[in-house]
Amino acid sequence: MPEEFRLILKKADEPGYTPDIDCYMSHGGYESLKKALAIQPKEIEDGKTKTPQEQIRDEVMTSGLRGRGGAGFSCGLKWSFVDRRSGKPIYLICNADESEPGTFKDRQIIHKDPHQLVEGMIISAFANDVNLAYIYIRGEFPNGAKLLNKALNEAREKGFLGKNILGSGFDLEIHVHRGAGAYICGEETGLIESLEGKRAYPRIKPPFFPAVLGLYMCPTIVNNVETLCAVRHIIEMGGAEYAKLGTPRNTGTRIVSLSGQVKKPGYYEIEVGKVTLGELIFHENFGGGLREGRSLKAVIPGGSSAKVLKAGEKFNMKRPNKDGEMESVEVDMLDIPYDFDSLMAAGTMSGSSAIIVMDDSVDIVDVLANVSAFYAHESCGQCTPCREGSLWMSKALNRLTSGKGRKEDAEYLTHIATNIQGRTICAFGEASSWPVLSFVKKFKDEFEAKGAAVQPAEGEPNKEGAATAAK
Amino acid sequence: MATETTKAESKPVETVTVKVDGVTVEVPKTTPDWQGNPVPTTILQACKQVGKEIPHYCYHPKLPVSGNCRMCLVEIGMPAMGRDRKPILNEDGTPKIQKGVLPYDPSLPRGAIACATPVAPNMEIHTHSDNTKMMREAVLESLLINHPLDCPICDQAGECKLQEYSMEHGQAKSQFAETKVAKPKQVDLGPRIMLDAERCVLCTRCIRFSRDIVNDDALGIVERGSYNSIATFPGSRFENNYTLNTVDICPVGALTSKDFRFQMRVWFMKEAKSICTSCSTGCNIVVGSRENKVYRYEPRDNDAVNACWMCDEGRLNYKWVNREDRLTDCIIRERDGNQRKVEWPTLIKELSERLAKAEPGSVAIIASARASNEELYLIKLLADHFQAITDCIPRQGESDNFLVQADKNPNSNGARVLGVAFSEMGIQIARIDEGIESGKIKTLLSFGENITRVGIDDAMIGKLDLLVVSDILGSHAADKADFVLPGAAHLEKRGSFVNGKGRVQKFQKAIEAPGNARADWEWLRELVIKITGKQPADNLPGLFNEMSASVSAFNGVQWKDLGDLGVDINI
Amino acid sequence: MSLNVPQTLEAEIDELITHYPEKRSASVMLLHAIQEHFGYVSKEAIEWIASKLELKPINVYELVTFYPMFRQEPAGKYVVKVCRTLSCALGGSGKLHGHICSKLGLDSRKHGLQTASDGKFSVEFVECLASCGTAPVMMINDDFYEGVSHERADEIMGKCQ
Ligand SMILES: Cc1cc2nc3c(=O)[nH]c(=O)nc-3n(C[C@H](O)[C@H](O)[C@H](O)COP(=O)(O)O)c2cc1C
Ligand code: SF4
Ligand code: SF4
Ligand code: SF4
Ligand code: FES
Ligand code: FES
Repeated sequence: MPEEFRLILKKADEPGYTPDIDCYMSHGGYESLKKALAIQPKEIEDGKTKTPQEQIRDEVMTSGLRGRGGAGFSCGLKWSFVDRRSGKPIYLICNADESEPGTFKDRQIIHKDPHQLVEGMIISAFANDVNLAYIYIRGEFPNGAKLLNKALNEAREKGFLGKNILGSGFDLEIHVHRGAGAYICGEETGLIESLEGKRAYPRIKPPFFPAVLGLYMCPTIVNNVETLCAVRHIIEMGGAEYAKLGTPRNTGTRIVSLSGQVKKPGYYEIEVGKVTLGELIFHENFGGGLREGRSLKAVIPGGSSAKVLKAGEKFNMKRPNKDGEMESVEVDMLDIPYDFDSLMAAGTMSGSSAIIVMDDSVDIVDVLANVSAFYAHESCGQCTPCREGSLWMSKALNRLTSGKGRKEDAEYLTHIATNIQGRTICAFGEASSWPVLSFVKKFKDEFEAKGAAVQPAEGEPNKEGAATAAK
Repeated sequence: MATETTKAESKPVETVTVKVDGVTVEVPKTTPDWQGNPVPTTILQACKQVGKEIPHYCYHPKLPVSGNCRMCLVEIGMPAMGRDRKPILNEDGTPKIQKGVLPYDPSLPRGAIACATPVAPNMEIHTHSDNTKMMREAVLESLLINHPLDCPICDQAGECKLQEYSMEHGQAKSQFAETKVAKPKQVDLGPRIMLDAERCVLCTRCIRFSRDIVNDDALGIVERGSYNSIATFPGSRFENNYTLNTVDICPVGALTSKDFRFQMRVWFMKEAKSICTSCSTGCNIVVGSRENKVYRYEPRDNDAVNACWMCDEGRLNYKWVNREDRLTDCIIRERDGNQRKVEWPTLIKELSERLAKAEPGSVAIIASARASNEELYLIKLLADHFQAITDCIPRQGESDNFLVQADKNPNSNGARVLGVAFSEMGIQIARIDEGIESGKIKTLLSFGENITRVGIDDAMIGKLDLLVVSDILGSHAADKADFVLPGAAHLEKRGSFVNGKGRVQKFQKAIEAPGNARADWEWLRELVIKITGKQPADNLPGLFNEMSASVSAFNGVQWKDLGDLGVDINI
Repeated sequence: MSLNVPQTLEAEIDELITHYPEKRSASVMLLHAIQEHFGYVSKEAIEWIASKLELKPINVYELVTFYPMFRQEPAGKYVVKVCRTLSCALGGSGKLHGHICSKLGLDSRKHGLQTASDGKFSVEFVECLASCGTAPVMMINDDFYEGVSHERADEIMGKCQ
């Protein structure tokens, strides 16, 4: 039976569990940190030694941990890219912007178990010789920021932060930095610019790879809240043990945010790849299915930037057969294992692991208009294709939803979106164009029907969208 | 030795082999960035070095790279790597090239921005492939959807990169079917600059220039997304001394010069290479004129002097050339006040006769450090003949940390190396004044300066036997002079200056001098012949070469060596 | 006109600045602190922050116009933010926003922050508040409300005094 597997959220929802340090410590909190700080240099071949930091980084590599923020990039590999020879300080930033629509998982950790994040950060900072770290938290979490500040103060009082942490000689300071309502601050280089006190304009890569030229042009690691929490568990259980959770290449647990038209929306921590998309939506241990009398229409599987999946869509996927050989099998969208690689193979992504469910009551054009309005509002406006294209798509969709559609609008939208993806400074270009490309492609008839339904009177001006338009 | 020709044999440059549009080329591994520091050569720089221009808006060679306009996207191919991290080879042994495609849609190219992507060995760059053109057209289409198509009334028409590229690369018709974004038009950004935010393509060149070159963080972007607009802080002005450079670098007609707005369509103008004379930096300029009227100065690239910038003060300091009080007549004046307008031959003849009577040692010359080297050379020949005491009048003002020098004369160093003025310019003026007061100096030749500025008043003039004034604009001294010789502004003649750092630079004639005013070197030469019997060359390059041969500082540099950018000499 | 920043707030601000190796980084945190105290970010406040951080006012003004949470006009005592984004929209946030607006006599089709004539409430239709599982959601000042029905909204707003 598909079930939740709670690792990171194991205690958060236990009755009586509170966000203060005493509660955390009475549940084994900060033991992983003590363990990490106690690691001794290890002799390897040729009389060389591995520093404790290198050993922790090895564990993270072994764990197979992939980033929980969106791209699913190997955490161990990311850490290995850090320029450790520049002589400049190395910074760690926790990405707590939680800005991808549909996502509300980091919120749970921050509000219910902030010390877990703090502990994960201290270990990660230690492993990467970081002495100054920041938590970049979205502006709309004012109470979360207060809780984190309280947690940091408590940790400071206990000697887990500050100078010479637990007598190890390691110094670390962590500060909470609040955003102010801009989605693009979730993109790591936009976040860095924002943290430098500027407009959150993502940086061009090359040359500004954070691992080399990040915050203040110093090597910088940006990791998601959940990723950093996982580090704490990797140290506790060992990288190899952690890697046994989930499935090969898609290890560990993930917190899935489920929203939209399901009976039991909410957050569910699962072993990655051990539960299917359909189970997450329909199984009683998870979403519990749709409202009475409704049938499934579409699912956005990884935050609003991910390409939509249409109910009944089938994919050919490589699966090991009984003899362990790979063979191609047809898989219904509901049977896609919820992991990084399977969703990618289905042409979409698990992104921030946020599933948005739509039943047959929705007007798919309205849905896309809503999504596009978000991107039109959130484009930072730095680069041409996205700055101009995001609002362009939104205006066209508003025109469609307000009865001014044209037959050619489906093509028109595809044309605009095609010219954004892959041509922009940051992945927001994909984020804004993928919904359009996938919705229009998969629900083309509905877009064409909308376009054909009403033709504008000659010379009538197009109306700028009202409630759904950006600005 | 002229420093330009040093380092003839430097060590060989490391190169990278790439293919541009099918042609294998070697380009240097590094190329100077905006500050001149060597950085890995970018695709755009590599293509430029082999003569291929890649269209761009935000990139500017003298500004930090921003990478925001995406106009320079090009299709590239890279050597395919095997699992062993070694290049996969074709059957003929050449590396197999893998075209950049989108990982999630291999039917579409993954372009690289040429302005920020370094070249890599065996990279294939396609500056004109269908995919490259498709990406370019898409960027243009996006830029045009919200652009007011008011080219017919736009000042930038003819110099607009949006207009130019859309003719070359754009689609005839945009598919845009929505309402355009309205932004502020006719924004008064500062005393010299207007902004039309609807025309702006948000390339941020203006912001980067002001922030990174002038160190004045005056401009910014306000609002967000499609509504982004260039602005100053409300109530603040964009008014540093370099603002007009932003008009030059603005790739479209968004920033316009109040001075030049609606004055003249650019394609009607004639252009001449010249030098700004408002300080000793000697910024290289292009003078735009039509029918003998100057309309604007624009900076001309010279990395050894001003890169591609100039200050606003210098740029706008051209209007005096067309002033009403220009001296346009040759005048001979009797002491009783009677005066005759004469032609040049008469003037030269009578003047040389009068000068022939001057006793050696009784002559003083106040020359101008705004005069050209060639003129100062001829003046020096006269001075030597009369054993005259000479000097120029210093002009001091403010300097800044960028281009502007405190020395407001364009040719102080020329005057020094030619021996007309000395390390401390103006040091001889007091001696000249004393000489006049004491009656030792009886003849004063004033070339291009207003001597009342250095205390030579009517009483002193009264003590002179002969006062000769040549100048461009009228002055009190010109009204009193026995001989008045109307001179030409530097825009009206050819010549050379030595700037504050010792660079000899030449300037070309942009317009004709008014009336009888005439290039000073011409009549100075005639005077020299009449008075000294010497025969200086009868053309400006010859005169320069002659001067260079006789004045050691010039070290034999020839006029033709000066090129457009000049040559450093030892000052 | 200059800004009258009380000593306690300035002390708080001075402490915030110490969190960063470069002062400029503190800009957004200072804007929050100032907006919390004064209710909005005035032109004087921008100038004050700029001089505090050794910046030009345009550097701060660029931020105020970029980050949606900052406002340049005073708002009501209670700022109601209703989530507009997809999950909430599917959960009826459009109607919730409409209900609140009509209750306060505001035009729900208008963009940006609107303040009711009594000056007590301001309403804004904002993007995802990261609680999509409990749609529709709203915030009133720093407090968060989940699964908000029209009746619940009336009740919550009724308690705002
Ligand atoms: C438009 C955009 C928005 C993003 N928003 C977030 C976010 O809210 N939280 C987050 O952790 N990562 C976000 N990311 C991903 C980050 O850029 C970055 O990859 C991530 O923080 C790295 O952490 P991880 O490796 O631990 O996942 C976003 C990326 C893009 C392109
Ligand atoms: S893609 Fe969009 S969000 Fe990203 S830098 Fe360009 S304009 Fe900004
Ligand atoms: S005003 Fe001109 S230079 Fe400045 S950003 Fe706009 S287009 Fe670029
Ligand atoms: S810096 Fe000097 S030479 Fe250059 S433009 Fe200004 S005044 Fe002219
Ligand atoms: S020139 Fe603008 S992105 Fe390269
Ligand atoms: S969509 Fe409303 S909180 Fe996310």
